[in-house]
Amino acid sequence: MTKTGRTGLSRRRLLKGGAALVAGTVAMPAYLRAQGTTVKVGILQPVTGALAFDGAQGQIGAVAAIKAINDKGGIKSLGGARLEMVFGDARSTPEGGTAEVERMAAEGVAAIVGGFASPICLAATQAASRYDLGYIVDVGVSDQIVSRGLTNTFRFAPGFGIVTKSALDNLVTINDAAGKPAKTVVLVHEDGLFGSGLAKLMQAELPKRGFEILDTIAHPTPARDMSNVALQIRSKNPDLIIPSSYYGEFVLLARTMQQQKIKPKGVFCVLNGAASNYRFVKEFPEAAENVMDCNHWHDPRNAVAQALKKEVEASGKFFTYNVSLNYSGVLLLADAIERAASADRKAIVAALASSTFAGHIMPYGPTQFVGGQNTGAAPVNTQVQDNDIKVIFPSSFADAKPAFPVPA
Amino acid sequence: MMSPDILAAAVLNGLMSGAVYALIAVGLTLVYGVLHIINFAHGAMLSAAMFAAYLAFQAGIDPYAAMVPLALVFFGLGYGLQRLVIGPASHGDDRNILLITLGLSIVIENCLLAVFNSDTRTVDVAYGFSTFDLGFTFLAVPRAVAFGVSCLVAVLLWILLAHTDTGKAIRAVAREKLGASLAGIDVAHVYAVTFGLGATCLAIAACLLLPTYYVHPRVGNVYVLVAFTIVVLGGMGSIPGAIAGGLFVGVVESLCGLVFGESLGQLGIFVIFILVLLIRPTGLFGAKA
Repeated sequence: MTKTGRTGLSRRRLLKGGAALVAGTVAMPAYLRAQGTTVKVGILQPVTGALAFDGAQGQIGAVAAIKAINDKGGIKSLGGARLEMVFGDARSTPEGGTAEVERMAAEGVAAIVGGFASPICLAATQAASRYDLGYIVDVGVSDQIVSRGLTNTFRFAPGFGIVTKSALDNLVTINDAAGKPAKTVVLVHEDGLFGSGLAKLMQAELPKRGFEILDTIAHPTPARDMSNVALQIRSKNPDLIIPSSYYGEFVLLARTMQQQKIKPKGVFCVLNGAASNYRFVKEFPEAAENVMDCNHWHDPRNAVAQALKKEVEASGKFFTYNVSLNYSGVLLLADAIERAASADRKAIVAALASSTFAGHIMPYGPTQFVGGQNTGAAPVNTQVQDNDIKVIFPSSFADAKPAFPVPA
Repeated sequence: MMSPDILAAAVLNGLMSGAVYALIAVGLTLVYGVLHIINFAHGAMLSAAMFAAYLAFQAGIDPYAAMVPLALVFFGLGYGLQRLVIGPASHGDDRNILLITLGLSIVIENCLLAVFNSDTRTVDVAYGFSTFDLGFTFLAVPRAVAFGVSCLVAVLLWILLAHTDTGKAIRAVAREKLGASLAGIDVAHVYAVTFGLGATCLAIAACLLLPTYYVHPRVGNVYVLVAFTIVVLGGMGSIPGAIAGGLFVGVVESLCGLVFGESLGQLGIFVIFILVLLIRPTGLFGAKA
């Protein structure tokens, strides 16, 4: 009598089946076997803590890009290898980011994309460099990220210096095109590294471009009230207001300015936390209307970007720049793996360094890294028009004309 | 030289903000005055109250309409918290209460983070941008309402404490717990009522803040530090002190912000605070030990 297990299978039948399976696998065409292989890709975002909203938005973009690549057959030079996400929560702190990089390196990721905030990116790129791990920074605007000589670090988006220079140049162009209606400016900025640095730069550069700075008003983050800021703006009656603040503070400022009936010729933000955010537009359409920003933004004429925007919005999420930057960052990495035809970390770093990738959804030219910074990257000017965010400059990517000066 | 109009507007803004600070501080000082503990969960409870008001708004209830129901709910929650958690867990030891309220604040904040994550949320009410034209400035309607309601709550609280049996019991327990107990007053019940009243103040403050301020799981911390300052400045346990201190701090913050810059406005509060403590260590309205 043959012994059978609880499944009713005899040992002999099991061995026969196993042998057949092994034989079948050996006989399987090579490309079919390759389809089973994966390349692990690290996605680092702060999805808990103070930056959780931005981190979650970045994750949406990365997940969508990985899905798109896998749906199109994966990495072809690796026999259709699929990308497998290894996700790390930076917990909104540099320490959290470093710990997750260590874990990802141990889990065998080929490279990492993400980071969002400059402090996280600074720490995470350094940690990744110890393992020769290629690191694509999604947002982190501090120029220190790409000025430390780390050969593994590549920033796809423009940094602080490029954005500020572009913002000033764009402002001059937009103002000139409208007949120079704006001559006087009040700067409003959060009093941290980001806002203060930007204000200092503006104070030096705006007078050279013919603008008179009437006042520079710093505010704390978090701020409980913006009434006094609005009072001071009203007393100076500037043509332009240039705010650099995080989401909550800018919303407070915009609301208070509206309550105080402050109507400048333009509100021109730089890297603002709210002005290029659909949430702000949705929640305060009146306060948001006509606010301009110089920031990261997707190419509004790109069909893939349009489809992704529809998909993200259909899921009830906002289509922020984090989504498009992470989507593009993962595509850039996939292109590098494709060209390297290897999941070897050093080979991927070398492929990234020589990248001329143009298949992204940002309004950039082909990627070209110089010292880790993508010199093809540039911000655009957006403006809230009719409850939507439109690109108004440069005109080659614009889907609307600037409403400037703002109609009284 | 700053124009008198701007100075007057800044004082007005300070009074508007100060009234809400006072309301938050009243809850804190009431709990201190009766239970003789600092409620470290006060900020987290304010965050919870703001989320409750936010959820009510999402359900179609205006923050002002939600004020009375939320006040009742939070009274119940505060009462239950003291009666079922803080009281029994502390075993009558004040040091334990401090630790428990600190623990509570961590639990509440993390629960809010788990449920709502750390997004900043705001509401857009129909009257959000309505203003009164005072000639020298525009006064936002939500801020005027916040001022009026805060004053009204302070008066009602004073009436409750001064002219009702519950108020007399609260004052008796605050003054002499053992004596009140011997006189037949249920001290545990009075403690719970007091904690409930503190939570009620927070619920009302949350409804007043929501039309003008944003919500996130740590929003209470933005206000609670200034509330702690007001409590000490006005005299720990003193309700008139909390009200006067709140208004005073609001005006100081506003004027310092205007003169020295917004970032230094909050510094002004602490400079005044240190000066008051140097001159009058018991605070403006505090009783001498």
